Amino acid sequence: MSLPLFPILGGLLIGTASMGLLLLLGRVAGLSGIFWGAITGPDRGWRWLFVTGLVLAGLTLHSFDSIPIPATPAGSIWLAGLAGVLVGVGTRIGSGCTSGHGVCGIGRRSARSLTATLVFMGTGMATVYLTRHVLGWLA
Amino acid sequence: MRPFVALAMGFLFGVGLALSGMTDTHKVIGFLDVAGSWDSDLLWVMGSALATSFCLTPLVLKRKTPIFAAAFSLPARSDIDAKLLSGAALFGCGWGLFGYCPGPAIVALPLGDTSTLVFVAGMALGGSLN
Repeated sequence: MSLPLFPILGGLLIGTASMGLLLLLGRVAGLSGIFWGAITGPDRGWRWLFVTGLVLAGLTLHSFDSIPIPATPAGSIWLAGLAGVLVGVGTRIGSGCTSGHGVCGIGRRSARSLTATLVFMGTGMATVYLTRHVLGWLA
Repeated sequence: MRPFVALAMGFLFGVGLALSGMTDTHKVIGFLDVAGSWDSDLLWVMGSALATSFCLTPLVLKRKTPIFAAAFSLPARSDIDAKLLSGAALFGCGWGLFGYCPGPAIVALPLGDTSTLVFVAGMALGGSLN
């Protein structure tokens, strides 16, 4: 069996960047919180720079031949908008997303973050089951 | 130094997301599709990111202060309430519906797909509905 090199390397970079942000600036790398804080404040400055870094990564990384641009997402504009609203409201009410709860929160041994992660993984899988296997969308 | 650190950590995090395949909604949905042809790659992403954070967080938090800030800003709450559960549940539904969580959607913005832009605008709108 060959190990999936890019996923492992990518995960290590995600973990390293999160730990770098904590060690250097004392902040949790929770991306839903950083995105929302960049819009509403307080402390907009570093959050905008972090978001800019994310965008620059997307802009430059796919110019390498070995990292192809991902295929266009499946689903209509309306589905994209609806999913975005659900992610926006859900991460605000639930205080975090995959990075803040799943990587940083569990890393701090937070039972709250572990619970949130199990719940969103569960409803994510249930949603895919419903749309792909019951309703037969986008299969 | 602080502005450079914020930009550099965002860039590094974004490279990790793009390299790992999280910006590919088809791959993410393949990972969540446990009843179909399950794609295990993202388990490796989550595993290696979490292993890094799990091992290093206690070491970092042994310090009295971060290197370039006066204090650590950590979430104070530890209770599990209905808001946490319902919020996480709604977030999972949106994630499974389209295949983006917040970080990868932002990284994918410059790839120029209109639906990515609409998703991110939806995220901002959804945040304000709370």
